[in-house]
Amino acid sequence: MRKDLGFRLGTGVFGLFLILIVAAIGFELTRQSMLSIQKFGLAFWTNATWDPVAGEFGALPFIWGTLYSSVLALLIATPIAIGIAVFITELCPQVLRQPLVFLTELLAAIPSIVYGLWGIFVLVPIVRALQVALPDALRGLPLFSGPPLGVGMLSATLILAVMVVPFTSSVAREVLKSVPVAQREAAYALGATRFEAISAALFYARTGIVGAVMLGFGRALGETMAVTMVIGNNPQVSASLFAPQYTMAAVLANEFTEAADELYLHALIEIGLVLFIITLIVNSLSRVLIWSMSRSAKAVPSTAVQPVAAEA
Amino acid sequence: MLLTATLSPTVSVAADAKATHAEPPKIDVSHVNFYYGAHRVLHDISLQIQPNQVTAFIGPSGCGKSTFLRSLNRMNDIVPGARVEGRVLVDGADIYAPSVDVVALRRKVGMVFQKSNPFPKSIFENVAYGLRINRMTGSKDELRGRVEASLKSAALWDEVKDRLHASALALSGGQQQRLCIARALAIEPEILLMDEPASALDPIATQRIEELIYQLKSRYTIVIVTHNMQQAARVSDTTAFFWLGKLVEYGRTDRIFTAPTEKLTEDYVTGRFG
Ligand SMILES: Nc1ncnc2c1ncn2[C@@H]1O[C@H](COP(=O)(O)OP(=O)(O)OP(=O)(O)O)[C@@H](O)[C@H]1O
Ligand SMILES: [Mg+2]
Repeated sequence: MRKDLGFRLGTGVFGLFLILIVAAIGFELTRQSMLSIQKFGLAFWTNATWDPVAGEFGALPFIWGTLYSSVLALLIATPIAIGIAVFITELCPQVLRQPLVFLTELLAAIPSIVYGLWGIFVLVPIVRALQVALPDALRGLPLFSGPPLGVGMLSATLILAVMVVPFTSSVAREVLKSVPVAQREAAYALGATRFEAISAALFYARTGIVGAVMLGFGRALGETMAVTMVIGNNPQVSASLFAPQYTMAAVLANEFTEAADELYLHALIEIGLVLFIITLIVNSLSRVLIWSMSRSAKAVPSTAVQPVAAEA
Repeated sequence: MLLTATLSPTVSVAADAKATHAEPPKIDVSHVNFYYGAHRVLHDISLQIQPNQVTAFIGPSGCGKSTFLRSLNRMNDIVPGARVEGRVLVDGADIYAPSVDVVALRRKVGMVFQKSNPFPKSIFENVAYGLRINRMTGSKDELRGRVEASLKSAALWDEVKDRLHASALALSGGQQQRLCIARALAIEPEILLMDEPASALDPIATQRIEELIYQLKSRYTIVIVTHNMQQAARVSDTTAFFWLGKLVEYGRTDRIFTAPTEKLTEDYVTGRFG
C-alpha cells in the first residue's frame, strides 16, 4: 500500500512536471512578446502585412504558409506512408522486410539541412522545369500562377512530404503489426481477398493510423531548415503552388538575428507563440478525433437505436 | 502433393464411420502431413467426413486439432512457413490444387475461431461484412433480411434486435461468439468448422451453442473441436481422437465413448490420461 502510494506520487510528479513545462513555455513566450501583443492584439493573427521597416507586423502569411505547406505535404505523404507500411507488414517477402525497415529509419535520421541541400540542387530545378512545361491553359489558374522560380510552396511541400513519410510509415507499421492476426483471419474466413483482409486490418488500426498521420502533421508544422531553404521566404498569402511563401518556423530562423528593435523582436517571439498555440490545438484536435473514434467503436447507446435503419 | 492411397494405418476406423452412410463424403482427407517450418505437427492423417453430420475432434492440448481444422479451409495458407502434404478433397475436388479459388473455398467452408474475433464495427455490420465483400445481396432490404435470418439462426436475434447498430465489442463473450457464428452463417457455407466455440462460455451459453449446432446440422456439415468430452458426446455423430499429431481413432461417437478399440482413446475419454 505504502509502496503504491510512493509510485503514484512519483509518476504524478513527472506528469505535473510536463504540464509545468508546457505552461512555462507558454508563459515565457507571452512575456517576451508583450510589446507586440499589446500593440496589435488579436489583429496580429489576421494581418497579412509583415513590414519590419514600417514597424507593421502581421502573422497571417506565416500561419498560412505553415498550414498550407503542412496540409499539402500531408495529402501527399499519407497515402505513400500507409502504402509503405502495408507493403512492409503485409506484402513484401520476408528477406526484404528488414532492409526496407532499415531504409525508412535511415530516411528519418537524415538531418534536415541535408534534405534542404537536396531540395535546392535537385528538387527546385525539377519544379522550375515542371512549371515551364505547364500548358498555358493551366498557368492561368490561381493554383499555378506566378513566374517560374523553382523555390516556392510546391518545393517546400514536396520536401516536407519526403521528410514526413518515414515518420508516418514507421508508426503506421507498428500499428499495423499490432493488429491481432485473428482480425485478418476473421476476414479471410469470410471469403475476403488479400486486399479486403488488409482493409479490415487498417480499419481495426484506424485510430493508430490517424495518430501516425497527426504525428507527421506535427513534424511538418515545426520543420524549419529544409523548408526555409526552398520555400522562397516571401511573406504573402497565395494559393499558388509556385509562389514563394514563408512559414512561421522559417521566419523565426531567418530574422531572429536581424531583429534590431524591441517591437520587431517581440513580434517574432509572438510568431513563436502562435506556432506553439497552433501545435497545441492540432495535437488536442487529433486527441479528440482519436478519442471519439475509439469511443464510437465501444459505446452502447442506451437509447435504443432505430432497428436496421441507416447503414452505410 | 498427391499421394496415391496405399496402406493406411487408420483404414479400420475410417471404415467404421463410412459404413453407416451411403452418401459420398463431404470431406475426404488422405495422408495429410503438416509442418510449421521444420516442425511436423500432423502425421499421415486420413479420414472422411459425411455431409449433414457433426464430427468432433478431441485430444489433448497441442495435438494438432486446430491445425488440422484449419487445413480444411486453407486457413494455414496465411501462416508463414506452414506446409501441407497429402490430399484434401471437398465434394471430391482437391482444395490444394493450384487452380483452386481460395476465396470461393473459404466461402464454402466457413469457420468460427477458438477466440471470438468480431470486427470493431456494429453488430449489423459484422454480420453484413461477408455479404458485402462477396456481393451476395442486391438490395438493402435483402441485406437486412439476411442479417436478421443469420442472427436468428445463431440464436442471438432476440438479444440484439434493439441495438443492431451498437458496437459488437460491447456484447458479452458468449454473445460475441454467437455473433461470430452468425457472421459465418450469413454467407451460407456448406461446411462449418468450429474451433472450441464454447471454450470461454458459461454453462448456459454453452448449452445454447450446443442446441444451435444441433439445429444447424440439417443444413450444414459441422466439424467441431472441443476439450469437453460431454460436449463431444452430446453433439457429435462421429468423433476423431488425435494424439501427438496422429489420428488415433475415428468412428461413431457412441462407440468411441463406450467401446473404443485403442487403449489411448479409452484412457483419454475416461479422463485417466497422463
Ligand atoms: N503458427 C504456428 N507456428 C508454429 N507452430 C505452431 C503454430 N500453431 C501451432 N503450432 C504448433 O503446432 C502444434 C499443434 O497446435 P494446434 O494449435 O493445432 O493444437 P490444438 O490441438 O488445437 O491445441 P489446443 O487444444 O491447445 O488448441 C503445437 O505443438 C503448436 O505449438
Ligand atoms: Mg486449438
